[in-house]
Amino acid sequence: MDWTLWLELVIKALVLIFALLGGFAYLTWYERRLLARFQSRLGPNRAGPFGLLQPIADAVKLIFKEELTPAKAYKLVFFLAPIMTLVPSVIIAAVIPWGPPFQLGDRIVTQSIADINVGVLFLMSIASIAVYGIVLAGWSSNNKYAMLGGLRSAAQMISYELTLGLAFVVAILLGNSMNLTDIVEAQRDGRWFVLVQPVGALILWIATLAEVNRHPFDMPEAEQELTAGYHTEYSGMKFALFFMAEYQKMIVVSAILATLFFGGYLGPWVDRWPLLGPVYMFLKIVILLFIMIWVRATWPRIRYDRLMAFGWKVLLPLALAVVMITAVGILLAEINPWMIWLIPIFSLIAGAFASLMIDRSLRRKAYA
Amino acid sequence: MPPINFNDIEVLLPLIILVIWACLLLLVDLFIPKKHKWLTALLAAFGLALTLGFTLSQLGSESNGFCATGKPSICMVVLDGFSVLVNALLLLTGLLGVALAYGYLKRMGIERGEYYTLMLFSISGMMLMAQASDLIIVFLALELLSLPLYVLSAFARSNSDSQEAGLKYFLLGAFSSGFILYGIALVYGATGSTSLSQIFEIASVGTSSLLLTIGAALILVGLGFKVAAVPFHMWTPDVYQGAPTPVTAFMTAGAKIAGFAALLRVFGSAFPNLSEDITPILWALSAATMIVGNLLAIAQTNIKRMLAYSSIAHTGYILMAFVPYGNPEVAPVSIAAGLFYLFAYTITNFGAWGVVIALEQKESKGLQISDYAGLRRKYPVLAGAMTVFMFSLIGFPPTLGMVGKFYLFRAVLSGGYTGLAIIGVVTSLVSAFYYLRVVVNMYMFAGEPKTDNEFWLRFTIAGAALVTVVFSLVPQGLFAWASRAVLKLF
Amino acid sequence: MSPELILFLVLSLVAIAAAIGMLISPNPVYSALFLVINFSTVAVFYLILGAPFIAMAQITIYAGAIMVLFLFVIMLLGAEKLAPGKVLPYQKPLAIGLAIVLMVESVYAVLARNPSDAEIIVPTEAANSIDAMRDLGIMLFSDYLLPFEVTSILLLVAMIGAIVLTKRAKGEQE
Repeated sequence: MDWTLWLELVIKALVLIFALLGGFAYLTWYERRLLARFQSRLGPNRAGPFGLLQPIADAVKLIFKEELTPAKAYKLVFFLAPIMTLVPSVIIAAVIPWGPPFQLGDRIVTQSIADINVGVLFLMSIASIAVYGIVLAGWSSNNKYAMLGGLRSAAQMISYELTLGLAFVVAILLGNSMNLTDIVEAQRDGRWFVLVQPVGALILWIATLAEVNRHPFDMPEAEQELTAGYHTEYSGMKFALFFMAEYQKMIVVSAILATLFFGGYLGPWVDRWPLLGPVYMFLKIVILLFIMIWVRATWPRIRYDRLMAFGWKVLLPLALAVVMITAVGILLAEINPWMIWLIPIFSLIAGAFASLMIDRSLRRKAYA
Repeated sequence: MPPINFNDIEVLLPLIILVIWACLLLLVDLFIPKKHKWLTALLAAFGLALTLGFTLSQLGSESNGFCATGKPSICMVVLDGFSVLVNALLLLTGLLGVALAYGYLKRMGIERGEYYTLMLFSISGMMLMAQASDLIIVFLALELLSLPLYVLSAFARSNSDSQEAGLKYFLLGAFSSGFILYGIALVYGATGSTSLSQIFEIASVGTSSLLLTIGAALILVGLGFKVAAVPFHMWTPDVYQGAPTPVTAFMTAGAKIAGFAALLRVFGSAFPNLSEDITPILWALSAATMIVGNLLAIAQTNIKRMLAYSSIAHTGYILMAFVPYGNPEVAPVSIAAGLFYLFAYTITNFGAWGVVIALEQKESKGLQISDYAGLRRKYPVLAGAMTVFMFSLIGFPPTLGMVGKFYLFRAVLSGGYTGLAIIGVVTSLVSAFYYLRVVVNMYMFAGEPKTDNEFWLRFTIAGAALVTVVFSLVPQGLFAWASRAVLKLF
Repeated sequence: MSPELILFLVLSLVAIAAAIGMLISPNPVYSALFLVINFSTVAVFYLILGAPFIAMAQITIYAGAIMVLFLFVIMLLGAEKLAPGKVLPYQKPLAIGLAIVLMVESVYAVLARNPSDAEIIVPTEAANSIDAMRDLGIMLFSDYLLPFEVTSILLLVAMIGAIVLTKRAKGEQE
């Protein structure tokens, strides 16, 4: 490896990290403004035009806050846990392609840090170790609420990881590769996988909501039951790291969803101007984030046992069915390309059946 | 899409049918109300019978299945006379196991449909073991047969003995699986292949490697655990005593048959070149197992424990047949004798355990040998049957056990292992002491034994007694079948 | 020294230190965490050897699933707060003895192999190519179809077993 390659990698990594950090800061602003709109309020609008300087004010406040460490905490782990939560949410972004490669001088620059062949597996493995930070934060605080929050998150994330994996499999099957760039390229000419497999995209979206502990699946920090869950004992900058991790995860899972099912960086004229790729990604991420915040504003939190029942009894079987439908559909498409459209039809039937089952179960409980 | 290879399916047809049947049974059982669990038992028995039919239809056919692409000599499974015979024996074990279990589970209040499903899965693992021709399959089959057995041992969840049995069996079983896996790794390291035929070819070309020998020895240790050979027998008494009695009956026969099938497959087809090193080990294992099993059985007052030690002792007798496995002149006869002895032991064993089940009461009552006092006066037929089984376990005529021991000792003597044969005879004489104590209790002492009247249990006991006596008079057909079955192996 | 070698040496020190830490740490949670570090370093070894699939599988399955469950159980039972149980007096010397035997054996296994017996498989570009994953899948579903299917049945059985042993029927008391 020559030094220019190292330089390229370092620059790309720095750009990505700063983009995520800035994204985090303005995502909080975006969310607060949107929530305010949903609730007929104004939201933060004092610091700077439209409240745009609000995140900076928040950061200053958090940095100068006093940090407390409980006397009986396991100090080392208590210190490491926020870092262990933040790091996976950053490095998972390393494999996401932000645009097609472009020419710079006499070298080709790819718009992803690591374009590896096992990209989807990489996503899966980082997602699977992301749980440690939260569990250990809960445990090391030596606090019952925090502990319960940590345990809940472990159970929840492991349960939904299976569904997440199956949803990845759908994208792998459709893209015929584990490489994320290949998967994006397979969605050319407007054949976004969300059109072929809308139920798969929905499943992935629900599973990622549960993975990042967002509403309506934010069990680990359910205020009414657990005060603040796993980060009850955290304050100051350590708390800010958890906060940061959660919002970065939101951005990153939106990016993953956009890459796997919504055509990634593809859009009009992206081949002529490769730097349009990140712009398209940005637009797609913003729209997906809007939906996430919309959900937060409108849906109540699901009760914990229902959450697990939903994951294991509805979502996982549905995901299995969808994988099978996709696989069969792809085989049939080898006979006649139009057969590919059997996939959405049958998936939607399966999805409708699953919703029907939920409906029936809820009715039975309501009248019981 | 690659074409489906129908030959592969044909080779494993009985196994595939059994596994599918087990999966369906699991589903069907959900819809069978608790009162009618007899239907589950009946369906399980029907599935086993169906599989037995398909197995017997394979008689005489020989084939390989699931071979590597472009290399028809490297295969995962094999179908031959030996596998058909062993599979038939295993399915018979399963049928007897279902017959013994049905009434017992009901009586003890632990009746649940999964019992039969797990049993079917266990049998499918055992059958796979008999057909394996690759170490990967050997290992997977071993796990497939063991996992349900761990669960079945702990099936009486409210009984702490049963829980202990399950846990103990699980821990030590996992431990022994580790030995086998490590042995397989070493063998793979030495030869670069897991296929039994490949290992044989590679090992016979090069000079004997120490790595291969250690690997083979580790596999032997692991399988020794499974068949409960001394010194790997420590778990046996506790597990056999604590597990629900029909499970014990099924384990003593089924796991043993499968373990010996694996032993024969692995050592007979992959390691005949190592016989110089392995035969003395087998000799010592067999002798130690016979001596320790029989001596410790004397001290037992609980009939389940006594039969557990007796089962260890019989492992020793069957191991005897494997000692000359590397000698192609003696091996076929001696292995055939071993197979015959396995059959004799299975039938007798199920009969004896059947009697134990008949007398067992709730909360592990009625399991002392002294509880058998007065059985002749109250239930003369049961006492008679038990006497037949005890005689057969000792090796008195006219029972299958005697014929089995006769074939076995003859084969071992012709192999030149006089010492082993003498140990076998002497320990058999010792064993008479504790087996006859049961008979003495039944016939000479007064007591009030209680039994429950269950048709299938009585049917099994009576049938086993009848077979034990009748087949001992005409054993030639069966022995000839066993001889034919093993002929192709050497 | 090539960068790979330096990386390997540093990582092997980390792996060994993590393994020792796992053994001697008195708190089971720390032991579990050390094991996670060990698994992760081993995953990087696989990456160096040009086996990205196994590396990712190692992290996902061992570090991400199995060890999380371990932690879950340790925390749920409060095992880290229990007093250390009785230790067998001969356990430590025996373990050290067996470890030495294992080490000698491994060294022997590496040194004694005759390279001409079976060629050592060197990671090639092929293992790293896009086709590698496809080849792996094709192998699993052709030559190793039967073990694959048997494994799936095995997992089914394990699942049934776990449920049979733990699930209470309606109204059942423990």
